[in-house]
Amino acid sequence: MALMDIKNWKISGIATAVPSNIVENSDYNTLSAIEKKLLVKTTGIERKHVAEKNQTTSDLCEVAANKLLDRLSWNREDVGLLVFVSQSPDYYLPATAIILQDKLKLSSNCLAFDVGLGCSGYVYGLSIVASMISAGHLKKALLLVGDVSSSTVSSSDKSTYPLFGDAGTATAIEFSKNSSGQFNMMSDGAGYEAIIIRDGGIRNKVSKESFDLKKIGEGISRCALDLELDGLEVYNFSVTKVPPLIKVLLEETNTIPEDYNYFVMHQANRLMNETIRKKLKFTEEQSPYSLKNFGNTSSASIPLTICSELSGKIETENQKVLLSGFGVGLSWGAVTLNLDKITCLPIIEV
Amino acid sequence: MEIEVFLGKIKAEFNEDYDMGDLGLDDNIKNMDWWSSMHALVIIALIDTEYDVMLEPSQMKSANTVRELFTVVNNIKG
Repeated sequence: MALMDIKNWKISGIATAVPSNIVENSDYNTLSAIEKKLLVKTTGIERKHVAEKNQTTSDLCEVAANKLLDRLSWNREDVGLLVFVSQSPDYYLPATAIILQDKLKLSSNCLAFDVGLGCSGYVYGLSIVASMISAGHLKKALLLVGDVSSSTVSSSDKSTYPLFGDAGTATAIEFSKNSSGQFNMMSDGAGYEAIIIRDGGIRNKVSKESFDLKKIGEGISRCALDLELDGLEVYNFSVTKVPPLIKVLLEETNTIPEDYNYFVMHQANRLMNETIRKKLKFTEEQSPYSLKNFGNTSSASIPLTICSELSGKIETENQKVLLSGFGVGLSWGAVTLNLDKITCLPIIEV
Repeated sequence: MEIEVFLGKIKAEFNEDYDMGDLGLDDNIKNMDWWSSMHALVIIALIDTEYDVMLEPSQMKSANTVRELFTVVNNIKG
């Protein structure tokens, strides 16, 4: 367990960009009418925004970052750090963050690197950027987080295709005395097969066989380059591991659920998130959802939910929030912090 | 914990969408033509909420009837 109290940093703004292309789950005919109804009841997902063929995570993050930098009137020369958290980078190499450094016209003095995490990625990304800012040598940073998961799921796999939407986000972070965030994060590689794309890395390089579409079950066909998700394993992991991690964080910070304005979870599926919420005794009013219109957007889901559900409130008054991401890895984490009248742009459609 | 009450709760969860009237304690629920992993998730969540028991995926996978599920839950609860 990694408990960290990171001082001298704050979030100054958040922006989210999604593809304008909307795919309705009601049009997904691999599911029967009753399955569609059950899908919405259990996952809460009615539609998602899906990237066009040549639209990447970095394209979405670039739009979000440009809009945010303009709104904040930040001098781009002052951005000393850019971290890109994603599992859908532009290339195997070089790191996408470095390409974004140039596209965003940031200084070559800016440190830029990628972090390969999914659903827990926003919390982990915040901890990395906060740690580097906290030292005081870097004053301003961009955390760009997102995924184009739609490109990794088989349209013939009803266990994954209806779930995932695409989004890219930008979070502006700067040095600030008297501001801090408390983190708790964990990892368990024993569960690495619960969410996996088997081929395409060095372990299993792409081969002719990688493209073979295999029927796994009724309505479930995929190849080894497609995302594979064991829903029962992920559910079991999430509802047994996330609440204890958050309880420890609450104890360490001497806080209780009532102390928080909002508890923003990674948007995985509604049934799972509601179980976690009830175990921790957060109210429905404290726990916003963006699943209905955006689906599971992987690492982007926390900032996306803040932009889509909370923007009016966090722009006008200080809000104490608890953010928690959990999933692929397996990896999970949570952070408590204040969002004090930050800039929060409405969702941008690209 | 009554097995008939347990059966009733499972039937009630799906009654809105499926005809659950004939489901008996020893029927294989996974043989229903509508069964999918989503239904397994619904049952796991139901058992967690109602009985404060979190089934391991392997336990859910190996239990095929309501009676078998009831036995697993009962054993966990002690």
